[in-house]
Amino acid sequence: MESSTAESTGLTRIDEIIHRHNVQLGAIIPALQEIQEVYGYIPPAAIFRIAESTGVSASEIYGIVTFYAQFRLKPLGKNVIKICQGTACHLNGSERISDTLSSITGIAEGETSQDGQFTIERVACLGCCSLSPCVTVNDEIHGRLTPEAAVSAVRKLMK
Amino acid sequence: MTNNWIVKIGLASCGIAAGGQKVFDAFEELIEEKNLDVELRRTGCVGMCYNEVLVEVFSPAGEYTCYGRVTPEDAGEIVESHIMGGRPADRLVIPAEDIDSFMSGQRRIVLRNCGVIDPESIDDYIAADGYRAIETVLSGTAPEAVISEITDSGLRGRGGAGFPTGVKWGFARDAQGSPKYVICNADEGDPGAFMDRSVLESDPHSVIEGLLIAGYAIGAEAGYIYVRAEYPLAIKRLEIALVQATARGFIGENILGRGFSFDIVIRQGAGAFVCGEETALMLSVEGKRGMPRIRPPFPAQEGLWGKPTNINNVETLANIAWIINNGASLYSAYGTEKSRGTKVLALAGKIARGGLIEVPMGTSLREIVFDIGGGISSGLGFKAVQLGGPSGGVIPAAMADTTVDYESISQTGAIVGSGGLIVMDESACMVDVARFFLHFTQDESCGKCTFCRIGTLRMLEILEKIAGGTGSPEDIALLEGLAAGVRKGSLCGLGQTAPNPVLTTLRYFREEYEVHINAKKCPAKKCQALITFEIVPDKCAGCGLCAKNCPAGAITGEKKKPHIIDPEACIRCGLCRSLCRFDAVVVN
Repeated sequence: MESSTAESTGLTRIDEIIHRHNVQLGAIIPALQEIQEVYGYIPPAAIFRIAESTGVSASEIYGIVTFYAQFRLKPLGKNVIKICQGTACHLNGSERISDTLSSITGIAEGETSQDGQFTIERVACLGCCSLSPCVTVNDEIHGRLTPEAAVSAVRKLMK
Repeated sequence: MTNNWIVKIGLASCGIAAGGQKVFDAFEELIEEKNLDVELRRTGCVGMCYNEVLVEVFSPAGEYTCYGRVTPEDAGEIVESHIMGGRPADRLVIPAEDIDSFMSGQRRIVLRNCGVIDPESIDDYIAADGYRAIETVLSGTAPEAVISEITDSGLRGRGGAGFPTGVKWGFARDAQGSPKYVICNADEGDPGAFMDRSVLESDPHSVIEGLLIAGYAIGAEAGYIYVRAEYPLAIKRLEIALVQATARGFIGENILGRGFSFDIVIRQGAGAFVCGEETALMLSVEGKRGMPRIRPPFPAQEGLWGKPTNINNVETLANIAWIINNGASLYSAYGTEKSRGTKVLALAGKIARGGLIEVPMGTSLREIVFDIGGGISSGLGFKAVQLGGPSGGVIPAAMADTTVDYESISQTGAIVGSGGLIVMDESACMVDVARFFLHFTQDESCGKCTFCRIGTLRMLEILEKIAGGTGSPEDIALLEGLAAGVRKGSLCGLGQTAPNPVLTTLRYFREEYEVHINAKKCPAKKCQALITFEIVPDKCAGCGLCAKNCPAGAITGEKKKPHIIDPEACIRCGLCRSLCRFDAVVVN
C-alpha cells in the first residue's frame, strides 16, 4: 500500500478530513477511517487533532481506535497478508497456512517484520467460504489455497 | 428480445476471488478483437460458488449454456467454438442435471435477482419489477396497512433472533418521538456466513427498496445502512445504487411526488463483531465504542440518538418488496406454521456444491446437504453440520432429518442464526471446532460483562488444555458450569449464546472430549499437540521435495534415501504430507 506518513505530509490532510466530517454528527469513525486510508494507520497526532476539534477527550478517541479491529496505531509493512479465520477456512486448514507463512516470514499474526516488508493480519471471515481457505495478499484474494501455493505466492514477493 | 449473443459473467466477491475479472477482461478483449455482436454483461452471484468462474451464454435463438470453472485461457475456446462456430465448448459446460439438482429444491425470493441482473444497473432492477412495491405503497396504502401485510406474511427477522418483522415495525410506528430512523444491519460478522454480502453485491436495490418501505411504514425520514468495512465490493455497489436511486427520484425529497421524503446514509463498520447486536450497532453509528446496553428501552422507543429506531437485517429487507408485490399469502404459503417463507443459507465446508442457496423453511438438513449440496466433497463420511456461527451449534449427521426452521433447530441446541451452514466430515475434531468458536467469541467480546469477558477466556483455556493433551476429567463439568454462568451473566445475545458451540459438541460428541482427556488422542487427527508426522521409509523415494519445502527445516535425509522428520522441530503444518507424491507421510 502506498501511504504517506504523518511526518512527511504534515497534518494538513488530517485537518481537511476532520473539517469535512465535522458537519455531520457522530462522524468520528468515518473520519478515522479516512485518515487511515490516507496514512495507512492512525497517527497519534490525529487523535489529538480530533479531540481538539470535537471536544471529545483524546482518551475516549483512543478508546474508539483500540476498540475496533480495523484501526492500527502503527504503519503497515510493504506487503500485507490477511489470513481469513472463518469457519470454513479453519476446517480446510487455515491454521496450517498461517503457521507456514509465519515460519517463512519470521513474524506471527498481528506483527510487521523488522525490515518493513511484511505484515500478517488475522481477519474475520472474508465471506468467500466456498473458496476456502483464502488469504488476501495486498488485497488480492487467493482462494482454494494450499500451504505450498501460499508459500509460493509469498516467496515471489521476497525476491 | 435481443437477437445478438449475450455473455454473462458472475462478478461478486467469490467470482472475483476465483479470477472472474480476468475472465471478463479476456472476453471483452476477444469480442473487440474479433468485432463480434456480443453483449457482455456483469452479474452478481447465482449461488453456484463451487463452479466459479461462471460464464453463461445465451444464443440469439435463446439457447442457454452455462460454463463453470472458466479461466481466462478458456475464453478463446468459448468464443471461437460456441459463439463463432455454433458448437458449445463441451469440456467446460456444467451439465444441466447438475444445475437442476442444485436449483430444483430451492425457492428464490430474496435471491430472485442475484446472478440474474447487473447489480450496477438500476434499469435492470426496474425491469425485474424493481421499485414497483415502493410505488404501490406510496400510491395510497396506509403505513398501518403495509405493516399488517408484513405481519400477515409471517416474516421473521433473518439476522438471527427471528422476531416477527411486522410486529417490530408496529412498535416503532407507535413509538412517540421524532425524527424516527430505520437501520439496515449489514454487519454480517458470523464466520461462515456470506448471504448478506452476496445480496448486497448482487442486488443492492432490493435492500434499498425494503429500507424505503420500512421507513414509510414506521414514519421515518432517514435510514442508515451499517455495512462491514471488510466488504468493499458490497459498499461500492451500494454507493452506486444509492446514486442511481436518488437520480431517479426514489430517494430524497418528495419521493415520486407522493409527499414522502427519505434519505439513506452508508456507515462502514470498523471491525467489531459485537456491533451486529442492535444496541451496540447504534452506538457505533453515533461514533462511539459499540458496547451493548440493557434493554428496555428497546430501539423502537429509544434508539439512534435516543429516537425511535427500527433495525432490520439485509435478508429481511430484501424480502419486503417481493411480499408487497406478490402478497402476504403467497409468501406465507412457504415454510412451516411458525416459520414462514424461505431462508437463505451459505453452504460451505466439506461440501461438494458449496454456495448460496434459498430454501423454504422446513427443508431438512439431509435435503440441503445431499440433494442440493451434492454431499460430502472429501470422500470421507458426513459427521455434522454447524449452523448459526458462534451463537449456534453443531448438529450430528444422525440428526440430518431435522428441518431448518426456528423451532426445530432451537431444539437441537443450535440456532438458525443468520444462516451460515458449515458441513463437516470425519476429519473435523469437535474439540477443535468448539475451541475455534470460543477463540472467536473471546476475541470479540466487548468486555462489558464479566462472565462474557472472563468466563469465555476460562472456557477457552480449558479447551486449549484438552486440545493440548493436558486436560483432566473434571474439566468437562467445569466447562458446563462456566457455560451456564456465561449464558446467565451476559447482557446481550452474543454473550448469552457464546457457550452454544461448546454445549452442543459436548451434548453430541462427549466421547471425543473424553478420548482427548483420557487417552490423550485426537480421533480426527486434528489437534496439533496430539499428533505426529512420520515418514514411512518403505514408501519414501528420497526425492527431497518435503525437505526442500519444510518451513521449519525439520526434515533431513540423503538424496534417494528415506528421509526423517525431527519431531522436536516439526511444526505439524502438514505441508510435507500434501506435497509427497508417494503418500509416504503419515499422521499418528
